Amino acid sequence: MYGIGIIKGMGVTIKHLIDSFVDDMRFLGRRYYSDESLNIRQGTEGRGVFTVQYPDEKLPVPEQFRFIPFLLYETDDDGNKTDRCTSCGICAKVCPPQCIWIERSSDPETGRPIPAPTNFFIDIDICMNCGYCAEYCPFDAIKMDHDYELASYDRTEAHIFDKERLDKPVEYYASIRPNDYLVEENARAEEAAKKAAKKEAAAAKKAAKLAAKQASEQAAAD
Amino acid sequence: MVEKNGTEKEQDFNNPDNEVTSDHIIERFNGDISADTRDGYQGYIVSPDRFHEVAKVFRDELGYDYLSSVTGVDYIDDDHIEVVYHADKIVGGEGINFKVQVNRENPVVPTLVPIYPGADFQEREVFDMYGVHFEGHPNLRRILMWDGFDGYPLRKDWKEAYYEEDVKPFDTRWPGGQVKRSEADSPYGKNVSYPPDFDIDNWSPETDDSLYESLQKTDPKGKSLQTDSIVVNIGPQHPSTHGVFRMVVALDGETITDLQPVMGYLHRNHEKIGERNTFLQNMPYTDRLDYLASMGNNFGYALAVEKLMGVEVPERAQYIRVLMAELTRIANHMWAIGFLLNDLGAFQTPALYAIRARELILDVFEATAGSRMMCNYMRFGGLARDFPSQMRGEDTIKFIDDLVNNRLPQAIDELDHFLTENEIVRSRCIGVGVLSAEKAIAYSTAGPLLRASGVSYDLRRVDSYGIYDRFDFQIPTRSNGDVYDRYLIRVDEMRESAKICQQVMRDIPSEGEIFTGKPQYNFRVPAGESYGRVENPKGELGYYVVSNGKANPYRYHVRAPSFVNLTVLGELCKGHKVADAVVILGSIDIVLGEVDR
Repeated sequence: MYGIGIIKGMGVTIKHLIDSFVDDMRFLGRRYYSDESLNIRQGTEGRGVFTVQYPDEKLPVPEQFRFIPFLLYETDDDGNKTDRCTSCGICAKVCPPQCIWIERSSDPETGRPIPAPTNFFIDIDICMNCGYCAEYCPFDAIKMDHDYELASYDRTEAHIFDKERLDKPVEYYASIRPNDYLVEENARAEEAAKKAAKKEAAAAKKAAKLAAKQASEQAAAD
Repeated sequence: MVEKNGTEKEQDFNNPDNEVTSDHIIERFNGDISADTRDGYQGYIVSPDRFHEVAKVFRDELGYDYLSSVTGVDYIDDDHIEVVYHADKIVGGEGINFKVQVNRENPVVPTLVPIYPGADFQEREVFDMYGVHFEGHPNLRRILMWDGFDGYPLRKDWKEAYYEEDVKPFDTRWPGGQVKRSEADSPYGKNVSYPPDFDIDNWSPETDDSLYESLQKTDPKGKSLQTDSIVVNIGPQHPSTHGVFRMVVALDGETITDLQPVMGYLHRNHEKIGERNTFLQNMPYTDRLDYLASMGNNFGYALAVEKLMGVEVPERAQYIRVLMAELTRIANHMWAIGFLLNDLGAFQTPALYAIRARELILDVFEATAGSRMMCNYMRFGGLARDFPSQMRGEDTIKFIDDLVNNRLPQAIDELDHFLTENEIVRSRCIGVGVLSAEKAIAYSTAGPLLRASGVSYDLRRVDSYGIYDRFDFQIPTRSNGDVYDRYLIRVDEMRESAKICQQVMRDIPSEGEIFTGKPQYNFRVPAGESYGRVENPKGELGYYVVSNGKANPYRYHVRAPSFVNLTVLGELCKGHKVADAVVILGSIDIVLGEVDR
């Protein structure tokens, strides 16, 4: 009979509609505007409404989410900030749309380059959020951010981020990407330990050499 | 019909007396065809004088009946332009490539449109980009650039607006680092070149007279109602064209007598950008081609460059690649079906049900690759990163397992249940836009469009890449070749993709490397050419890459399935009503990012 297919199809629509109300009962009060609401609505148990009511609620972004790079600085006990960036220029070279400009510092007396940037610019209108800069930075000095709400009234100068705007503390990075941070810190600790061990070994070798020399001198004197 | 053809050919191949090999061809066309002996190159170089004859022999005697790609390369140092053709056998087997070399000043190549109608748009593109004149082409006009455009953008000596340097990285970025907005350079300044007699102040957009004249119209004489034909522009700003795409339609009453697609509104010279980039820098740009299937785009490009570099991909990475490509196919077909229904007038409800399933797939992409659509996930020799341990408050593996075993199959079934038997869908789709198997092959259509016409041609089988040979799956085909079959084939393909995903999740090694060697940002690629291709959701996506041994590709061409599939659009729409043209376009499933490049 003509129309059976349409009625069957409408059945699917009605099921979606009823499911929404059933879910309201099942997850009474928990389905909207609570911390778990989105996981309920979009999770395996959820049957009805799926939509995220942005901006009233926001889908939490996963750790790997990437949006516009930022620079990391470390703060020591006295409150001095040190950039991790050494202005080696790898991020500027690997950047596909070439949106990174780095001004390298140089010693005012000798004119020799110093491993720190005088200034660092990213034109976020050009940035394509590919994440290469963070991926290939050997010093973990540039990372991709999670903050995607960057609308502004001026799209010209306001969209060229300078070093001041890009700088964020390492602690912020640790908060948005805790797993990556842990892995990197472990790797750094390991590297540091290796370096220290090497240094120690070298020192021990030197000491042993010295001792041997002294011993031989002693023997010669005797 | 196709089966008959197929068996005939098989008999030919099985009979050794009849067998014609390419060596015979070289002998027969003594001097007019020779093997390409350059380092890293394959195929044949054919002289333009007897090109037609040779192509005919390739098609009729050797069985290369499917022309997959036509493109050009500007070898400026050798002072010639090379037009490169890639052809395949529709019954499977290795492909062939042949080239024609012509001088740069006056490049003329005989057209292949009478032999392979699918060469139509691709030859127009080569004409547009390189200025190669295809002698005998029925409609040789610019296709991506506007008619009055000066110069040929893909020639090596052509410079774009805001040109900085030949190749990236640019010297101004480091260590000097004085930031400058290129927009500050006036577009009317020295960066843009106009034809010598061009006057910007008195310029008005082209009138399209030649385009309108090229349309076939009915003759009003001899008809009972002496009505005039009328030409209607659908688009470029029209919701049913899925982007900035224009169909110029000649109408007799409400019936379409001819249709010409007009494209290029989204043209950004992707391939020139690709030649300025380093090999690695191209990867995120490929995301922007078919932006509904960026994982597939990554895959094809990675394959092309890996062929040149000769790197191996670790086991686990291979599995993840297949998983991502198949999830992409499901996501893409969900979108395609949803918006086909939108074009049919079922606004939003079917589309949103389809998008709902797609959202879950995008969640996986976002958690793994870091972006929902612009994934930039694959590297030469593996992947950017492994799965995260957790996503959406769950174990990632558990989440994906549940997705491919339960949620996606359910969503596919629901969509099937919702639409397949719907009488309105059936009456609008059945018998509309019929494409015969012969035409589908001749016009180089690919993907669901080809398979809905009964041709079982899928690169995952005929030119298996990655580890597709390990999985058990069918290549679904349908026999009518109308809009309804193109809808059904997408449902079938989604089911098969879900099956592959399930096998991946079952077999994937739980641990292992995802990248061979140490990630490098600066490397050289051995000289040579390579054609890497994948069966993208929309059809064959091919990358023709030429390296001259440096860090940047010398030539980077994208054989975009959406673009080539549009060649047949005019043929499909003839004789149908205007409203059907919208549906036929929807059933081809195009993405303008890929059409216009």
